[in-house]
Amino acid sequence: MIVSHSPDVAKGVADMVRQMVGKDVPLAWCGGDPGGGLGTSMEAIEKALQTAWSERGVVVMVDMGGAETNSELAIERLPEKKRAKVVVCNAPIVEGSVMAATESSAGSPLDKVRHAAEELYPRM
Amino acid sequence: MSQDDLLPRVTGSTVMTHERGFHARPSIMLTQLASRFSSRVWIGLAEHGPWTDAKSIARVMALKAPHQTTVFFAAEGPDSAAAVRALVDLVQSDFTNAKDPDP
Repeated sequence: MIVSHSPDVAKGVADMVRQMVGKDVPLAWCGGDPGGGLGTSMEAIEKALQTAWSERGVVVMVDMGGAETNSELAIERLPEKKRAKVVVCNAPIVEGSVMAATESSAGSPLDKVRHAAEELYPRM
Repeated sequence: MSQDDLLPRVTGSTVMTHERGFHARPSIMLTQLASRFSSRVWIGLAEHGPWTDAKSIARVMALKAPHQTTVFFAAEGPDSAAAVRALVDLVQSDFTNAKDPDP
């Protein structure tokens, strides 16, 4: 799942993942504030979490600042059982999303998908 | 890796003809293909390694094998021969052959 301040960036990353990795991986994106400007919305993040959800869990790729804090707040509001299966990755949003989706397409568990995203590219 | 050396291992190699070498999309295709096999699968840029886990997208992408490099594959496990054959075929097909391997 992809959370950016910009809906264009979020959608662009999602398109790139679809084209490079394929259509089999559950994927959702959100970006922008409710007024149409740059920002992130917890409601939109919660909705995207529902879309991206599968029993294997969800890795959340964020760009910076509020994307991360709002994602963490949205995760805290999930039921406890789901909460344990959602992680925010410490990886750059484009490269990390492609890496995570590639690992996920092999059917790997959540911790392996997260590791693939974070392995070579710590986010600033 | 010393323990691995004692196990029977299937190897194969081919020349990377893809004109831009081993970039993002080829790396993804190769990793996805390698992950379909239950065997352990490695890729290397020299006949005796060092070996990289061919199922790890981050590590495969970091190899950055350029055009005309010879790439080596090694596999251990029940479907090791099929894995090496499929990966060699993928590189030889210039990454156009991404079909499912034969069962």
